[in-house]
This record gives sequence, structure tokens and C-alpha cells, in this order.
Amino acid sequence: MPASPRAKDGRAPDVFRPGGWIPMRCRRDEDEVDFAIVGTGAGGGTLACKLAEAGFSVVALDAGPYWRPLEDFASDEYEQRKLFWLGERITGGDDPVQLGDNNSGQSVGGSTVHFQMVSLRFRPDRFKARSRLGYAVDWPIEPEEMWRYYDLTEDALKIAGPVNYPWGPPRGRYPYRQHEMNAAGLILARGCEALGVKWAATPLATISAPRGKAHPCVYRGFCKFGCSTNAKQSALVTWIPWAIEAGAEIRDLAMVGRIEVGPHGKVTGLEYHREGQWRRQRAKNVVVAGYAIETPRLLLNSACPQFPDGLANGSGKVGKFFMVQSNHAVYGTFDEEIRWYKAPPSLAICEHWNYAETGKDFPGGYAFMSQGPLPIEWAGTITGQRGLWGMELRNEMAKYNHQAGLKIVGEVLPQEKNRVELAGETDEYGLRIPRVVFSYGEEDRKLYRHSIRFMSAALEAAGGRDIWSAEDTAHLGGTCRMGSSPNDSVTNADGRCWDIPNLWICDGSLFPTVAGVNPSLTIQALAWRIGDRIRELGRRGEL
Amino acid sequence: MSERFHERFPDYDVLDKWDSPSWNDQTRAVVNRRLHQVPDRRFLSEAEWQILEAVCERLIPQPDRRDRPVPIVPFIDEKLFKNQGDGYRFEAMPPMRDAWRRGIAAIDDEARARWGGGFRELPANQQDAVLRAIQHNDTRSAAWQGLSAKRFFSNLLLREVVSVYYAHPAAWSEIGFGGPASPRGYVRLGFDRRDSWEAEERYAR
Repeated sequence: MPASPRAKDGRAPDVFRPGGWIPMRCRRDEDEVDFAIVGTGAGGGTLACKLAEAGFSVVALDAGPYWRPLEDFASDEYEQRKLFWLGERITGGDDPVQLGDNNSGQSVGGSTVHFQMVSLRFRPDRFKARSRLGYAVDWPIEPEEMWRYYDLTEDALKIAGPVNYPWGPPRGRYPYRQHEMNAAGLILARGCEALGVKWAATPLATISAPRGKAHPCVYRGFCKFGCSTNAKQSALVTWIPWAIEAGAEIRDLAMVGRIEVGPHGKVTGLEYHREGQWRRQRAKNVVVAGYAIETPRLLLNSACPQFPDGLANGSGKVGKFFMVQSNHAVYGTFDEEIRWYKAPPSLAICEHWNYAETGKDFPGGYAFMSQGPLPIEWAGTITGQRGLWGMELRNEMAKYNHQAGLKIVGEVLPQEKNRVELAGETDEYGLRIPRVVFSYGEEDRKLYRHSIRFMSAALEAAGGRDIWSAEDTAHLGGTCRMGSSPNDSVTNADGRCWDIPNLWICDGSLFPTVAGVNPSLTIQALAWRIGDRIRELGRRGEL
Repeated sequence: MSERFHERFPDYDVLDKWDSPSWNDQTRAVVNRRLHQVPDRRFLSEAEWQILEAVCERLIPQPDRRDRPVPIVPFIDEKLFKNQGDGYRFEAMPPMRDAWRRGIAAIDDEARARWGGGFRELPANQQDAVLRAIQHNDTRSAAWQGLSAKRFFSNLLLREVVSVYYAHPAAWSEIGFGGPASPRGYVRLGFDRRDSWEAEERYAR
């Protein structure tokens, strides 16, 4: 791992050339920039690009290193743990969430450096879950508007997907053709066809044809551990270079510890730790984009005499309504060789239970996808779920090439008691570490039980035997929900904090609900929209 | 329980691809360190190390490579020495280093509480009984006070042991995993399809 920052002195790493550099306009700490952004993942990276393109001066800081994938990424699960947020966090509640490699990235580009590229849209009605479907809460944004931003984002990332997507309102064909199906995906197809539901090639943010300096995906299968060929359209190889090109500055290995508030109750900049010392960046606006744990942590750690309960917390909702997605799975053994280590792990998808309203006993939805865990992850699943060890484990692992599985991304409903708060302990920067508290609700349990029944039937119909199920979670959401009223939300529909007008949030923390789809595409679409809104507000003199 | 490993890929060694387009320099550097620069003991005491060695021999028995077992304890010691956590810890669990120190001591004390001898002195079947009891939170030793036996066993000990073992090329070879695959990747993806640089299965069961 680079021990010292790379993005400085007028240049940043060129992610497309080993040892290469690109020019980058740098600001001084004492320059009052228009926007200082904390975090450069799906939310912060996208917004940095959009704000720079709109002509604002932008500095985006990230606690993680600035990788050049072509020279820094090995094909190795153990080594590539360097991509994950491994700082100490405490996890509790009735169903404590495993963090670290399960859902938290620490790199320029954030979790998109290790995500598995699944790029799905919310069913339109899910944005209006309360008024149209009778559960949870509505988003303060119209579904049609989010779907317009999905169109834009999918085109920007050249999402590879089917010509005709079988669920939801008509959408155009995906910008790049769908990927070839692997055997693990064909298992899903067999199961779905046997049970009479549709399936599709999963829309993925990895290119199926050349793009610029990147060649198409080579199906090496290490997606979760960083793409070493740049086929993956992570923020690191898309929004970040585009942002720098448009005039933004990225600061890597820069841990933000505190947002500063001036005498008039507005933020004035932030304190960050870089190269062994605390520094201070002045800014007219601060955007927090650290995802659903680090974002509320920073707001709470920035408590000051004017805001003793943390910034933007007049509603008391900062850190509340923490959500994950249920990530339950079924696995089985097949006579055929599957060799599920090849190609992106989730090439095939079924969204039937995101769209169907009958045959289910829970309000939310789920998608399920084919799987392709690498050996360490697979061993962790077998030991964690079935408790196998000894020679029994080694012999079970030896069936690796004959395994296939199906796994959900399931909607977990918002509950106020699920939360991120500060623990008493501090980290190496002297900052209080987060404590994450999570318990499933009854509706959440009905959802994942339904999914296990359905997927077990599908796997059996596909020819699987010795079928067993596993529980897990994926993704994060909530903790700074946006809404229509300062009484029960942290920001408005633009990600602008109700309490402090020059403090913004732009990441999955904003989600009032998470739906049954992977969040990255929605975070990027939302960030694009927030960028457009800020540009419009600036034009009107309302910043 | 069977103590024999059922070999499926006797002709396959992932390291044969070392100089092929499936391996690049970065990966060779990482795996080279793993194979040839096994870390020395820096964190655990000699006694703790030896107890952990005995535990690993039960969690991942390697009777088929008695001369050259895949080393596990050195990499756990390195992780503890560097204090490289997993990014979270369960409430009511001590910090990682404490948890390992106390957990190893508690395994040994559990062995004494059950069988009247330290873990290393017990025969394999009694060692297994001790580990199984710990796995199921069915403990007798007072050393588990303030340390969930089940959490220690499942979330720290077993998780880390299998992570180290299945990070080793010998383990990749024995399960027929393709291993490192950059820049070449794969071409044949369907049922029963195999590129020439993938493992050929001999004895399925």
C-alpha cells in the first residue's frame, strides 16, 4: 500500500498507465473552495465530477489510497484485503452486521473499487413505498426523475446488459451488450425456467467491448478484490479522472476528523489528517459522502457548542434508520462442472420478487443472482454457516468446482432503533469509533425465509442436491435520511441539511428505503441529480 | 470422521502457471512472499504458538503433506503483530489481540478442565472434543469469562485459519481452483467447459 499520498503537487496517478501521472489542479488549504467533499466513492466521486463540470472549485478527500489497478492489484484474495475499511468498529444488536470486507471500502473510488458491479434500478413504485405500496416511507423525489438519471448514469458507465430487460417499465437497451453467461448463471436460468419466472443477464458495470484505454472484461473472476484490467467501471476509473479533468482536486490518504462551524451556524471547512499532521481546508460548502457508517460518525464527531448533538441533527435522526440488505443464499452440489470462479460472480439475475405483488407475505422485494465466491470466501461461508472443520472441511471444499448458488439482495425495512452511534473508544486519530446496532424486523425475516424457500426450489429444479442455506447481509443504507420535513429527516431532496444550509450529504446514507436491488447505481444517479440541483441553485443565487 | 483427503486433481499444480499469461508480476510478488518468506514469530509467546499449532493441526489436518504442511500460525502471528483487524468486532468481545491471547489460553484451560492435560498433550479425538465444545459454547473453563467461546471459535479462530490456508497455492490446487488469472482470464464458461490452463478433474465423488 502506498505509504504516502500520491495525488499532490499538481498531479494525480493515471489509473490507465503503470507509473503514469495526469495533471491535477491543486488548491491550498487556506483557499476557500466552493465545495470540500468527504469521500470519493459512488456518491462523492460522482458529485465531484458533476460539480467540477459545473464550474465550481472542488476538493474531494478520501481516507484511502489512490491505486493504479494495473500495477497495484494482485489476483489474490488475501492480499487485496487492502481495499476494505478495516478500522475498528463495534457491531451489536440482535443480528450484528459483519462489516469490513462485507460492505466497506477504503480507496479513492470507495466501495466501487471492490463492488461486484451489479447495476440495477429501483422499481419506480419503490420510491413511493408508503403511498403506492403501503409500507415504510416515500422518497422525496419522483420515480420518473430518478429513472431519467438512471438513463444518464447507465450510459456514462457503459453498463453491459440485455437488449430487453424483462421487468418494469420499458427502458432502452443497455449501452453495451450483455456478457456471455457462465455455468453458474445458467443454473439460475434453469431454475427460473422450471419455476415459470423470468430471468436475465445481470446489468453490470464491467465493459463487454473496449472503451478508451480499457479492454473488455477477461472473466478472471476477482471482481470483489479489485479489477486489475480496468474493465470494471468503478469511480476510480470513471468519475475520478473525469473530475480531475474538469478541474477538481482529489486528496488521497486524507482522513477527515471534523467539520468546522463558524459563528453564524454555517460550516466553514474541515479538519483532516494527512502526512502525519492535522490540516484545515476552508470551504464555502462541505459535502459528506462517507457512506452510512462514516457519514453519521463524522457528523456526530463534529459536535460543537452550537450543535452539541452533532451537526444536522436537530431532528435527532442522524445515525438512525440504519439499514443493510439481507443477503441470504442457497447452495447445492451439481453433477456438472460449474467452475464458478470464472467471470463476474453474478452474471444472471431474477427480479421477479421485486415486481410481483402476489404469492408473497412481506411488503418489500428482493432480487436473486447467481454466485461465484473465491476459495477464502467460500471457506468462510462453509465454516461460518455449517461449522465444518477438519478433514470434513477439506473434503467439502474439494467439491468447489461442482457448487452453484443463488443469493438475494433483499429489502430491509427502516427501523429507527437500528443505528450508528459513537462508542467510547477512539481510533489512531483520536476520533471516537462507531458502534453499529442492527436487528431484523419481522417483515425482514418473512422476506428472507420466502427467498430461501423459493431459491431452494429453483436450485433443486436446476439439478442441485445437498441443498443448504446461508445467511448474510450486504450493503449499507440510511442513517441520514432525506425527506420532506425537518422533523423526521436530516436533509431535503437535494441532500441539503435542514439545519445547516451549506452542509450537504451525498451517499447511501440518504436512502429512506433501500429496495431489493444493489445500491450503487442509485447512489450515482442520486449524486448526479444532486449535482444538477446544486448547479441550478447556484444559478439562482440560492447557495 | 474420515481422516483422508480425497484427491480429485492429482495432476494439477496451480504453480505450473507461474510463467504463463495467467500470472502477472504483482501476483508473483505476493505469492512469492507467501511461499518463501514465511514470517517469524513476533507476537505470540512460544507456548501460545505451540498451542495454536496443535489447534491448527485439528482444524486443517494435513496428513497428506507431513513434510511440508501449509504454514498457518506464522501468518496469524503476523496479523496480530501488525494488529491488522477485520474492520469490526462483536460487542462484548475484547479487541483482537486480547481476544486471541485469551482465547488460546482458554483452549488450553478447557483441555485441562475436561481431560486433565494441556491441549497439546491430548490425543486427537480428545482435542477434537475440546474444540467442538468450544464451538458450541459448551465450556467448563472459567477462562471464557468475558470472551464468547463460540464467537472466538467461529469468527476469529476458524475464520482466520481457513483464510490463511485457502490463500495458499497448495490449497488452490487441491480444490481445482484456477487461481490467479490476470491478464489472461478465461474463455470457456459453460457447463463442463474448461480452458487448457484449468485443472482437470480425475476422481469425482
